[in-house]
Amino acid sequence: MSRIQATFEKLKQQGRRALIPFFTAGDPNLAATVPLLHALVASGADVIELGVPFSDPMADGPTIQRASERALKQGMSLRGVLDMVAEFRRSNDITPVVLMGYGNPIEAMGWEVFSRRCAEVGVDGVLTVDFPPEESHNAFLHLQAHGIDPIFLLAPTTEAARIEQVAKLARGYVYYVSLKGVTGAGNIDLSAIEEKIPQLRKHIKLPIGVGFGIRDAATACAVAKLCDGVVVGSRIVQEIEDSSEADVVANVSRLVNELRVAIDQA
Amino acid sequence: MYNYPNMTGHFGQFGGIYMAETLIPAVEELRQQYLHYQNDPEFKAELAYELKHYVGRPSPIYHAKRLSEHLGGAQIYLKREDLNHTGAHKINSAMGQALLARRMGKKRVIAETGAGMHGVATATVAARFGMECIVYMGAEDIQRQAPNVFRMKLLGATVVPVESGSKTLKDACNEAIRDWVTNVESTFYIFGTAAGPHPYPMMVRDFQCVIGNEAKIQMPEMIGRQPDAVIACVGGGSNAIGLFHPYIEMPEVQIIGVEAGGHGIETGMHAAPLTANAKVGVLHGNKVNLMQDENGQIAETHSISAGLDYPGVGPEHCLLKEIGRAQYVASNDDEAIAAFDALCRFEGIIPALESSHALAHAMKIAPSMSSDKVLLVNLSGRGDKDMNTVARIKGITL
Repeated sequence: MSRIQATFEKLKQQGRRALIPFFTAGDPNLAATVPLLHALVASGADVIELGVPFSDPMADGPTIQRASERALKQGMSLRGVLDMVAEFRRSNDITPVVLMGYGNPIEAMGWEVFSRRCAEVGVDGVLTVDFPPEESHNAFLHLQAHGIDPIFLLAPTTEAARIEQVAKLARGYVYYVSLKGVTGAGNIDLSAIEEKIPQLRKHIKLPIGVGFGIRDAATACAVAKLCDGVVVGSRIVQEIEDSSEADVVANVSRLVNELRVAIDQA
Repeated sequence: MYNYPNMTGHFGQFGGIYMAETLIPAVEELRQQYLHYQNDPEFKAELAYELKHYVGRPSPIYHAKRLSEHLGGAQIYLKREDLNHTGAHKINSAMGQALLARRMGKKRVIAETGAGMHGVATATVAARFGMECIVYMGAEDIQRQAPNVFRMKLLGATVVPVESGSKTLKDACNEAIRDWVTNVESTFYIFGTAAGPHPYPMMVRDFQCVIGNEAKIQMPEMIGRQPDAVIACVGGGSNAIGLFHPYIEMPEVQIIGVEAGGHGIETGMHAAPLTANAKVGVLHGNKVNLMQDENGQIAETHSISAGLDYPGVGPEHCLLKEIGRAQYVASNDDEAIAAFDALCRFEGIIPALESSHALAHAMKIAPSMSSDKVLLVNLSGRGDKDMNTVARIKGITL
């Protein structure tokens, strides 16, 4: 059983929802990433989405764009992210890690080399924002061959036929983008999510995580009631940006712990 | 028979629809609507009317005799897209897309722009049809293309400066995509070049093919035959594909795309992915030859011409290079400036710096060719917008 599957099954037995924090590898500096991964786990993260920085993050709002720029300035690369996961795995063999980013750094490395390396270092899933199912055949074959779960996005604009198509390819869990917009954007519409999730469940048998626009504990709790996992990205990245290097781990831990408590009340 | 893209929007290994999920239904809707209206007699008649009476088509072809004599070789002919309303080829496609937007009930249009010509064309058609218009433009380009920024504002558009990344065309593209994903239901993205996710490379090409289709009629009228070569500048490559595409199945006509060589290919400071054999990658919705570093991060580009200052290129040009049907070369900044000066002095035509790259290559090869050879250069735009840039290069304060 994969780490992702084991994690969601355990949560299901406990009647809990997954907390899935996101941050960008290499932000605020290279040395902070592995300690942050461990701190997230200690504060209650179930799955971690680790951002691979890209020069042109088209689906991201200003907060994650700036995180990408900081990380790239520090010399962060896809190779470097994979090495960090390897280091994390030396003392954590349980918490799933999903790499999230854009396709071009993987294209440059080559999907076969990348997928093999993911398996070696202990990456569990890969979410490539700009590779929809239509363009994912090659990626899918290589990831599957190495037992890595391709994670796909669904959006408010996704209609039934496409939901079915995504259901066929998706592994691990499915990430529902809760609003039309970029990461960190405006206000989340809970009633729209409530309406959409049953439509998704008709086709999607995997756990459904919801993200985009979840900025506080109350929203996290409300969203958790509707799905299997809550993804929080920009809010955490904002905390990293606002913290001094000395305080970053403590501040992010406090925030994630608050989210954990809130989600467990759902 | 040459027939690209295929049903899924691929030009061989290039093209595709590499977009975030939220936008996939939007590009699919656009594809269906375009396929429907492209053959709709009423749509075609309206587009033809607007191109004739509003844009001023057909654009003439002009024999640049004095320049040709000066070079002492092949005869240079110019396809005068600079004489279109708004001063460049961009209006051909902006008009087509605006008519489509109207039929799709979209009241808000957005665009990215580099040199500002596509922004002006979009602002123009938006004013013409009473649509709200937002144009994203890199902060650096706003500096170097100030007259066009003012034109867009006069036409009622909102120009949004983009401060991220290299503050040029690719960053304006990123920001326009972010707007689109946020306002996907109300908004039509009028894309400036024959690139991006399917159906844009096909649709923009089809709208721009009016250039080549006219030339194929005009050249025999003028000289009794087709030119020996067609030459156009290539950034994203919309003016070029518009001229080239109708000539693809005429093997006797050589096809030459001219990229921006910047300080020189060997310096790495250029915007010439095809000439420099850049690796294939994915950006802005399509798979193309893309200037990038060894980690797959998009490289910063350099060109004096804002309209060519882009790390990628349209997927059909990548294919035409791969199958050997077209040849891609580069003109450096200084060569483009020399061509700009020459056309001003010999012909009384001030060309856009983008088009000056194409002209520079024609001037490079003409002298070694016999005087009965004919080169047709696409003069894709006029140079009024470039006064500040050229003055600065010449050390003149306006």
